[in-house]
Amino acid sequence: MAKKLAIIASKGTLDGAYPPFLLASTAAALGFEAKIFFTFYGLQLLKKDLSLKVSPLGNPAMPMPVPVPSIVQIIPGLEAFATWMMQRKLKKKGVASVAELREICLESDVELIACQMTVDLFDFKNSEFIDGISHGGAATFLEFASEADITLYI
Amino acid sequence: MSDFDTEIDTSGLNCPLPVLKARKMLNEMNTAQRLRLICTDSGALKDIPAFCKMTGNPLLSSEEIDGKLYFIIEKGA
Repeated sequence: MAKKLAIIASKGTLDGAYPPFLLASTAAALGFEAKIFFTFYGLQLLKKDLSLKVSPLGNPAMPMPVPVPSIVQIIPGLEAFATWMMQRKLKKKGVASVAELREICLESDVELIACQMTVDLFDFKNSEFIDGISHGGAATFLEFASEADITLYI
Repeated sequence: MSDFDTEIDTSGLNCPLPVLKARKMLNEMNTAQRLRLICTDSGALKDIPAFCKMTGNPLLSSEEIDGKLYFIIEKGA
């Protein structure tokens, strides 16, 4: 029987988007049955319009070309700059885009589950999300996770 | 170097793309056909053997020539 991977994706930043899609697509390539449960800010990863950002603010570990003190990081445009820089770096280093990894997940039958409670909480409309996803709640995730070989909270 | 039927060059691509591209190609191949996979991602040195082991596609050879990794993978049954 196929091994199973269960992931909770709770982050909606550009850097936070990589681990769930990357691990699930690779797991599918290795023959796993994989499911990702998107909750809270993780729901952003299911939007048709993926405008994910990364911010150095509150993230002292983020490498910057020059040191930028926290007080300066509130300047408008710094987040956009950091995002642009990260995206350029990802491309230069031959890393797949989030959209590409998400597409591979869908093609390889990774189930993408939107947490219904947080969809309602944020008043998201189903039309904002990509096609091919499903909806579920805590019990949906736990049922699958109870049989999973690997369970990750990201 | 062993003979092969199909080749994918993933030079310049990073983890997990070499594995994902190998998977896609192997899906289209017949049993016992051989794939030559070329990688520049140094992580592939461990990832490709792990992929082969988990998916039952024997890794027939791996070698490094001028900073590039060359794997020959046989499509398993």
